[in-house]
Amino acid sequence: MSDVLLKAENLEVAFGGVKAADGVNLTLNKGEFVAIIGPNGSGKTTFLNLCTGYIRPVSGHVWLGDKEITRMAPRQIARRGIARAFQIPQLFTDHTVVENVMLAIASREGIWQALRPLDRREYRAEALELLELLNLRDHAETIAGTLPEGLRKLADVTVAMALRPQLLLLDEPTSGVSALERFPLMDTLMKAMKARGVTALFVEHDMEIVENYADRVVVWNAGTVMAEGAPAEVMKDPRVLENVVGVA
Amino acid sequence: MKRSALVTAAALLILALAPLALPFLQFVLTIAIAKGFAALGVALLLRAGLISLGHAMFYAIGAYAAAFMATTLGITDFALLIIGSTAISAFFGVLFGLFLVRYRAIFFAMLNLAVSMVIYALASKLYGITGGTDGLRVAVPTVFGMTLEKSSFDGLLYYTAIVLVALLGYLVHRYLKSPLGHALSAVHSNEVRLEYLGVSAWSTLLTAYGISAALAGVGGAIAALSIGHVLPEFAFWTESGHLVLTAVLGGIAGIAGPFLGSVFLEIVHTVAVGYAAEAWNMIVGIALLVVIFFLPRGLFGLFERLVGRKSTDGEPTL
Amino acid sequence: MLQTLIPLAVDALANAALIFFVAVGLTLVFSVLRILNVAHGSFYSIGAYVAASVGLWIVGAGLPDWLTFPALFLSAAVVAAILGPLLEKTLVSWTYGKSEAVQVLVTFALFLILEDLQRIVFGVQSVYQDTPMAMLGISEIGGIVYLNYQLLLIGFAAALLIALRIFITRSRTGRLLAAVVADREVSEALGIDTKRMFMIAFTLGVFLAALGGALATPTTGVSPGLGADTMVLAFAVAAIGGLGQVEGAAIASVIVAAAKVLAIYFAPSLDAVAPYLVMLAVLLVKPYGLFGSGSTRKI
Repeated sequence: MSDVLLKAENLEVAFGGVKAADGVNLTLNKGEFVAIIGPNGSGKTTFLNLCTGYIRPVSGHVWLGDKEITRMAPRQIARRGIARAFQIPQLFTDHTVVENVMLAIASREGIWQALRPLDRREYRAEALELLELLNLRDHAETIAGTLPEGLRKLADVTVAMALRPQLLLLDEPTSGVSALERFPLMDTLMKAMKARGVTALFVEHDMEIVENYADRVVVWNAGTVMAEGAPAEVMKDPRVLENVVGVA
Repeated sequence: MKRSALVTAAALLILALAPLALPFLQFVLTIAIAKGFAALGVALLLRAGLISLGHAMFYAIGAYAAAFMATTLGITDFALLIIGSTAISAFFGVLFGLFLVRYRAIFFAMLNLAVSMVIYALASKLYGITGGTDGLRVAVPTVFGMTLEKSSFDGLLYYTAIVLVALLGYLVHRYLKSPLGHALSAVHSNEVRLEYLGVSAWSTLLTAYGISAALAGVGGAIAALSIGHVLPEFAFWTESGHLVLTAVLGGIAGIAGPFLGSVFLEIVHTVAVGYAAEAWNMIVGIALLVVIFFLPRGLFGLFERLVGRKSTDGEPTL
Repeated sequence: MLQTLIPLAVDALANAALIFFVAVGLTLVFSVLRILNVAHGSFYSIGAYVAASVGLWIVGAGLPDWLTFPALFLSAAVVAAILGPLLEKTLVSWTYGKSEAVQVLVTFALFLILEDLQRIVFGVQSVYQDTPMAMLGISEIGGIVYLNYQLLLIGFAAALLIALRIFITRSRTGRLLAAVVADREVSEALGIDTKRMFMIAFTLGVFLAALGGALATPTTGVSPGLGADTMVLAFAVAAIGGLGQVEGAAIASVIVAAAKVLAIYFAPSLDAVAPYLVMLAVLLVKPYGLFGSGSTRKI
C-alpha cells in the first residue's frame, strides 16, 4: 500500500454530453515515470485537470497517498504535493526566471511573509541550484516572458519542481520543441526528476519519446484507460495500434 | 539601494524645507501628500492589474471617520484621530474587499465604482451622521493634551505627514519586495500559475486591498485635519479617477511615483488656478494622455532616466 | 390610488427613456469595442448643450417654434458625426488591445478634456430651452393630467429599442456588428472590416448619448457636472442590465427609474442613493448583471 502514490477511481466528468472521463481507474506508484498517450480529445489533459482540481469530477475519487483529494481546489492540491507543468508554459512573465523559482519556493515555505524580502540568500541559493540542475543557470536573470519557447518549458518545469512535489504532472513536455531538441530536453528533465526523487506522469504524443523514457504507458481512448503496461508490450496491442498509433 | 535611499532622503528634505521658502506651499503639499497616500493605494492594486474606479471612497471614509470621531465621539487627540481613521478605512477595505476582489478587469473597476457611489450618496443624504451636502467641520485637534493654534497645528500636521510618508512608504516598500508583494504582481501576469503554486489569489488581493484602503484612509484623515472640513465630493467617482490618474502620472513602479505625481499635480494646480482655472481639467487630461502615450513608467520613470539609473524591465507598467 | 400611481409610472418611464438612450449607447460601445468609455456621459451633456443652444437660437431668430423638434435630432446627429469618427480614429483606436487600465485612463482623460471644453464653449450658467415641451402641452385622460412630451419620450425609447433590435438582426451592418461582438478574431479572418465596425459602433454610441441629452433639454436645464452625473447613472444601468445587453439596458433603465421615483415618493432623502443601491443589490447577487456573463478563464 505504501508504494501507491496516486490512485484514481471511477472518475467521471462530461462536457456538454461528451464524456471526457468515463470511469477512469489508474494507479501510480512512487518513483514511476508514466506516460499517457491517446488520440486528441480522448481526455488526457482532462485527467490532469481532474488530478489538480481544475475540474471537479461528477463522480469518483482521487487519492494522493492515503489522503483523498477529490474536489479540492488547485491550490490545496498543490500544497499537498502535486505540481504541474503546462503544455503552454505558465510563468510570471514580468518576473525574472530566478524570481519565478523563488516565488515557488516562497509559496512552499509560506507566502504570508509581508516584510521579509523574497530575494534572500537561502531562496536564491536553492533556486539557482535547481536552475543549474535544469540547465537554466545562465538564464536566471532573464525576464521569463522573453525566454524562447523551449527554455520557457524548462522554466515552467523548474517552477513546478521548486514546490518539491511528490508527483509532477507534465502536459506534453516536448510539444512546441524542435525535433532536434526533444531528446536533450527529456534527458534534462529525467536527470532532474531522478535527482529529486519525483514521480511523474506525462502526456506525450511522440512515440519515440514514450518508448525511450517511460517505465509504463497508459493508453487513453474516449475518456477511459484502454490499455496499460510496459511500452514495448503496449505497442504490440492491435487495438492500440489501430486507435492511437494510427496503424491498421 | 544606497543611492535610492539617498535620493529619497533628499526628496523628503526638500519637502520639509519647501514651506520655509514659500509658506503657501505648506497647505498645498499637505494635501498633495494626503492624496499621494490614496494614489499609492491605487498603485498597489494597479500592480495586480486591477483598476479601482472607486478608491476615493476610502479617502472619504478616512476623512469622515476623523471628522466623526472628533465631533461625535469627542476624540480630540490628533494621533488617535489619524490612527483611528486609518483603522476604520482598513476595516471597510477588508469588508468590501471580501466581495470585490473576486472580480477582475472591467468588472472590478465597475463594482468599485458602484460601492463608492453608494458611499457618496449616503454621505450626501444622511444628514444626521454626515451633515449631508454641507459635510462636517473638524475642529483643530489637540496634540498629546495640548491645544494649539490652527497655524501651529498645520505645521505639526505637515511634518507628521512627511514622517508618515517615510514610515509607511518604507513598510509598503518592504511589503512589495516580500513574497506576498511579488505574489500581488504575479496575480496580474499569471493567476493560474499562482493558484498552482498553492497561493490563493483571493487572499493575496484581499491583503493588498486592505492595505490600499488603509493608505487611502491615512490620506483622508490628513486631508480632513488640514482642511478642517469634509465633504461628500471626496468620494465622487471623478475623485477616484483623479487618484488613478495621479498614480499613473507619477508612475506605479515604486513608492515615490504616486507622491511625485500628487505633488506635481497640486503645485501645477495651484499655479494654473491663477492663469487658466477654466482649463485646469483639460491640462490634466492632456498631461495624462502624454504620460500614457510617451512615458509608460510615469514621471518617476522619467526622473530615473534623467538621473541615469538603468531601467528595470521587471517592474510593473500598465 | 390610480390617480397617484399612473403619473408616477409615467414619470418613471419618461425618466427611464432618457437613461436608456445613454446606457444603451454605453453598452453597445462596450460590446463591440470591449472598451468601457468613461467619457460617454460627456456626449450626453454635449448633446444637451448643443440642442439647447440651437433651440434658443431658433426661438431668438424668430424661426417657427416647431423647428425645435427636428433641431433636437439634428443636434445629436451633428455631435455624433463630428465627435464620433474623430475621437474613434485618434484616441480610442489607440487603446485597442491595451489593458483595461489604459483604456479607462485614456477615456477618463478624454472626459476631463471634454468637461472643460464645455465650460469654455457653453459657459457655466445653466442653459434651459423648453419650447418643445411647452408646445406639446398637456392632455387629460380620465382625470389624470399627462405631459405630452413625457409620453413622446416613452414612445421614442420604445421605438429605439425595436429599431435597434431590427438593425442588429436584419440589416447588413447590424449583422456584421453582431458578428464582431460574437467573435472578433473569426470576424477579422472572414474579411469583415472590423476597424470600420468599431467606428460605426462608437459613432452610434455617441449619437445615442447625444440624443438622450438633446431630448432631455426640454425637461431640465443643462449645467456643468451633468456629464459626470449621467456617466455614473448610465454605468449603473449598463451594469444592472449586464454590459453589452441591449434589452438588459432597457429593463435596467426602467428598474433604476422606478427605484428613483419610488424613493422620491416614499423616502425623499434616498432618491440619489436609490439607483446605486439597486445596482449594488443586483451586482451582489449577479455580479455580471441581470443578463450578462463574465468571461471564463481558460488554460
